[in-house]
Amino acid sequence: MDSGGKWFLALQTPEDVTRARAVATRAMESIGASVLKKTRFVTAVSEIARNTVQHGGGGTAEFMTDHLRGERAIIAVFRDTGPGIEDIERALSDRYSTAGGMGLGLGGAKRLSDLFNITSTPGDGCEVRLGSTAI
Amino acid sequence: MTTSYPSNSKVGTFRIRDCVLVTVNNEIDDSSVLEMESNLTEEIVRLPTRGVVIDISQLDIVDTFTGRMLGALAKMSRILDARTVVVGMRPAVAITLVELGMNLNDLETALNVDHAMRRIEEASAEGP
Repeated sequence: MDSGGKWFLALQTPEDVTRARAVATRAMESIGASVLKKTRFVTAVSEIARNTVQHGGGGTAEFMTDHLRGERAIIAVFRDTGPGIEDIERALSDRYSTAGGMGLGLGGAKRLSDLFNITSTPGDGCEVRLGSTAI
Repeated sequence: MTTSYPSNSKVGTFRIRDCVLVTVNNEIDDSSVLEMESNLTEEIVRLPTRGVVIDISQLDIVDTFTGRMLGALAKMSRILDARTVVVGMRPAVAITLVELGMNLNDLETALNVDHAMRRIEEASAEGP
């Protein structure tokens, strides 16, 4: 029954951010996600995909079906080779922004996800892992 | 009179009497959002404009970028003496925006285009 879907895309341009949202939508629909879970996850994906393009100098996104807490889920992994994040705690705090935004992107994405993991080595890029169950 | 700008299919701009109606397609990307901002402010001053109605019913999601743009557009149009009403926000989008922590207190919303237009026209009929 589990088709074990996998999706991969490059993130270089603003159009790729739109594409990432479309892929995230398709992935969530493939596991029969509720409208609210889909909306929350696609919004989180949009925030992180934009970060990858704007701050990470571009990178990749990978989506796969998985299980979280015994529920069907989608995991998204974003990788870039940009400058990395020096102080992750600070970057996650609301209102902290380096690019003139509102600073809600990273913390907001964390709140909207069931799984959120970020690893970064300053000078060697960043990896963000987002997950959401179907219901 | 209705004027439309087919150059950017991700955003439609139409004039209905003295209101500007903007429809936003779900495929919108960040650069079209910025383009829409400049097109719209130009349109507000091109002809007398009382209100701007932004229809986001086609949007599956509104993230911080689009949310910020909607807030900014409302402020810009107010400075240009036009009132902005956002219509068609889906319930899941509203919930997500609150969870994101977006402060959209300045944003006026209505259920649909008809309600928004009526509100704008009634307000201007009452005078300043």
